[in-house]
Formats: sequence, C-alpha cells, structure tokens
Amino acid sequence: MAGSNPNAKPMNLTLKVWRQKNRNTQGGIVDYQVKDISPDMSFLEMLDVLNEDLLRKGEEPVAFDHDCREGICGSCNLFINGRAHGPEPGTTTCQLHMRKFNDGDTITIEPWRANAFPVNKDLSVDRSAFDRIIQAGGYISVNTGGTPDANEIPIPKEIADRAFEAATCIACGACVASCKNASAMLFVSAKVSQLALLPQGHVERKSRVENMVAQMDKEGFGACTNIGSCAAECPVGISLENIAILNREFLSAKATSNNLA
Amino acid sequence: MSWITKTFSSSIGRKIVMAVTGLFLCTFLVVHLVGNLQLFNADNGAAFNAYSEFMGHNPLIRTMEIVLVLGFGFHIYDGLVLAAKNRAARGNQRYVVDHIEQNSSWHSRSMALLGSIVLFFLIVHLYNFFGSLRFTDVPRDANGNEDAYALVISAFKNPFYVVLYVIGQVALLYHLLHGFSSAFQTLGLTHRKYTPAIKYIGYGFSIIVCAAFAAMPIYFYFFK
Ligand code: HEM
Ligand code: SF4
Ligand code: FES
Repeated sequence: MAGSNPNAKPMNLTLKVWRQKNRNTQGGIVDYQVKDISPDMSFLEMLDVLNEDLLRKGEEPVAFDHDCREGICGSCNLFINGRAHGPEPGTTTCQLHMRKFNDGDTITIEPWRANAFPVNKDLSVDRSAFDRIIQAGGYISVNTGGTPDANEIPIPKEIADRAFEAATCIACGACVASCKNASAMLFVSAKVSQLALLPQGHVERKSRVENMVAQMDKEGFGACTNIGSCAAECPVGISLENIAILNREFLSAKATSNNLA
Repeated sequence: MSWITKTFSSSIGRKIVMAVTGLFLCTFLVVHLVGNLQLFNADNGAAFNAYSEFMGHNPLIRTMEIVLVLGFGFHIYDGLVLAAKNRAARGNQRYVVDHIEQNSSWHSRSMALLGSIVLFFLIVHLYNFFGSLRFTDVPRDANGNEDAYALVISAFKNPFYVVLYVIGQVALLYHLLHGFSSAFQTLGLTHRKYTPAIKYIGYGFSIIVCAAFAAMPIYFYFFK
C-alpha cells in the first residue's frame, strides 16, 4: 500500500455488527473476527476485508453504504462504538483509519437509528427523507439571458464565508443519528441558512423555510432541544448558530409571508 | 387549520412556545424570590405577611396570576408533547452501544425529567401554601394580615418537606443551567458577541435563584 508504514503491526479485532435482512424483519448483533488488519486501512477497507472473508465462506456480506470514500458524498454512515462516524471528531466513516483502534479491540457497528431513516439492510439506511426535504425547499429564481459580469452582486466576505460553511453539509445524517430526539434541524438549518445568507436565495426565502420545516416535521424527525450532540458529531463542523438562523427565518417567514395555509 | 395553529403545532413553533413561556417563568421566579426574601427579615414575618396579603388581593397581581397559570400550562403541555414526539422520532430500536455522554451534557438531555420533578415539587408547594391561603381561613397576625409566616414555619418543621423543596430546587437549577441560554438559541437570539455572555448570565441566574430558594426551607428547619 502506498505510503504505508512498514512498522505498523497488523491488528486482530472482534466486530459486533448489526445484521438485518430487510425493513420488515427484526435484526440483531452478530459477532465476527477479522485478522491482519493494517492500521493504515480505512474503516471501510476493514469492512471490505470482513466481506471478502464472508464471501469465501459462502455467507452473505454485510451491506453498508459508501461511494466517494474521500469524505465528500456523505453516504458512509456507520454508528461505531456508540458514536456517529466513530469516536474521531470531524471525520466521516470513510476517513476514519484503523490506526485509531488497538489490536484486540471490540468494535460495535450499527446503522443510523431514526424513525425517518428506516433500515434497508444491515448497516444501510434509507435517507430519502433528506431528499424530500430538499425538494420541498424548491427552486431558486435566477435571471436567464446574457452571462452576468463577475461580482455583479456584492457580498461581504464574512457573509460569503458563513454561507460557504453552511454549504459544506454533505447530508450524511450524523446529526440525526447522534441526536437523542433524531432531530434533523442541523441539516435543515445548514440548507436554509446557506441560501438565506445570500442575496440569490432571497426571492423564495420565506416559502423555502416554511416548506422545508413542514416536510421535516412530516417525515417524523424530532425537535431540537439544543443539546449539541449533532454539532459535536458533524463531520464538517456545521455549527449550532445555523439552528438559531433557521428558527429566526421560520419565525419571520410565518409572521410575514402571504401564505395562509 | 389556520396558519396560526399550524405555526404553533410545528416543531419549531412548539419550541418557540417553550422558550417564551420558559423565560416568562424565569421573570416570575425573580418576582417570587424578591418577595420571599422577606422571610429572612427579623420581624417575625410582619413584612412577609403584608407582602403576601398584597399579592393575594391586588387586582393586577390576580390578573397576572392567570397569565402565570397559562404560562405554566403551555410550558408543561408543549414540553410533554415534545418529549413524547422526540422519543417516538428515535424509534423503537435503540442503539445497542450509545456513548451520547461523550457529546452532550446529562442535564441538557434530561429537561423533561427535570421539569417533571419541578412539576411534582410545584404541586406539593401549591398545596402547602397557596391552597391554605386561598381556600381556608388562616389566623391573622398582629397587623390583621393572614399569617402566612406561621404556615412557612410549620411546613418546614417537617424534614420531608425540607428535603423535597431542596430536591425541587436542585432540579430547577439543572433545568435552568441548560434552559436559560437554550431559550435564547431557540428564539434565534444569538450573536457571536453576546451569546457567550448569555451563557454565563444563565449560569449565574440559575445558581443564585435556586440557592436562595433552597436556603429558605433549610433556614427555617434549623433556625426557627
Ligand atoms: C419555574 C419553572 C420553570 C422554568 C423557569 C422553566 C424554564 C425553562 C426554559 C427557559 C426552558 C428552555 C426552553 C428552550 O429550550 O427553548 C425550558 C425547557 C423545558 N421545560 Fe421548563 N421550566 C419550568 C418548569 C417546567 C415544568 C414544570 C416542566 C414540566 C414537564 C418543564 C418542562 C420542560 C421541558 C420538557 C423543556 C425542554 C423543551 C425542549 O427543549 O423541547 N419545565 N424550561
Ligand atoms: S449537518 Fe453535518 S451531520 Fe448533519 S447531515 Fe450535514 S454534514 Fe451530516
Ligand atoms: S464514502 Fe463518501 S463521504 Fe464517506
């Protein structure tokens, strides 16, 4: 392996993995042993080793979601040893490395738990509730026609930076998974404040927050109690400040929008 | 449903009700505390009884009493509704291993439990004093005021009440250590300059108010 440390000792681990056939069956924890895991492997590569072992034995491999494996797509969602994306702050599961564990460790791996995220199979959950919240937010009006000049709309750098920070949310759902209320408010607040901070988002500003919050409630996510587990576990560091912005946006939209429904 | 009922039955709407009523209840605590500090006067309760007589009969206070009951009512009702919805949102299958204590504080996660302890205390507290003063004939002191002070002395002879009142205040302390600043966050009243100050004011407020209330039963039990 490129850049690997020749002195790193391989590890043997006990895995306690949540196995569940499909949405309608009851799941449970199954114990597995994995051997000769390099500390340079990522957590997902370690699971690949487990799955190859299982395939060789003719058993069903463990289903888990992943795509980019570089911390940007937000699909690799595992609840590891009681923490979303594992115990390392600011990391997605695919960016978590086995060097953070020790030889002989027991690692418990579970899927995200929320009513709005039903388990598809094993460790893979259905996060389409997030897609429906984004859809409920609707479109953004932009002028068509000639290409606008660069920097035609002046935006203070501080505001641009804050909007960008909010935009880094990768929709992984760790906020929901770690919140005791399974609240999606950190995710929704990141999406709402990203657009509310920028002039381009102002045309549909009120309807966007009203519709996204209505959809969030409809999907059955809980309400924020300002506990802060979400921001502590968010791999990209979305801050609780966004939830305050969301509440402000919601209150002012409800008080002033023309929407009587 | 009209847009108003929809707003206040949404998750954020209910939270806003919690925050507004919670902060209103904090102002009530201040008024209640300032009045009750007269229990520490060395006048055998003359000033306290006069204050208590005024609070029982002044029309403005009696009107505010209704607002206070509504404040408590909405706070308790929405608090319990939110707690039930939030429990359901997590689903029946809980995590087998959950280290939530590594990313959040115990009292912030226990607002419903702490609130329920406060509620239990509140019911006993109303029975002890409000019930007797409002619904029974209480002997009068030398100035002709109902002798509320004597009620306080007799209630706090009972060590069971002393312990219960102190537990009630400890629960309120932890409820407010999270609740005070949490309410500002809920209302969107955050600012990079002022939010840290609100946090510390919240800590100071909670400790001073709850310690002063808790001192009353202890003082009466040991010194009266
Ligand atoms: C004098 C008494 C009380 C005061 C001053 C008070 C104050 C507060 C404050 C300031 C909050 C924070 C609101 C927010 O996070 O936005 C809160 C939350 C809460 N209170 Fe109280 N409270 C009192 C009594 C009660 C009682 C009797 C209950 C009964 C169940 C209760 C249940 C709750 C719950 C469940 C929450 C959390 C709500 C949430 O964040 O979703 N409280 N309280
Ligand atoms: S706010 Fe953070 S934890 Fe929540 S979905 Fe976005 S990136 Fe994931
Ligand atoms: S697999 Fe894309 S973020 Fe981990």
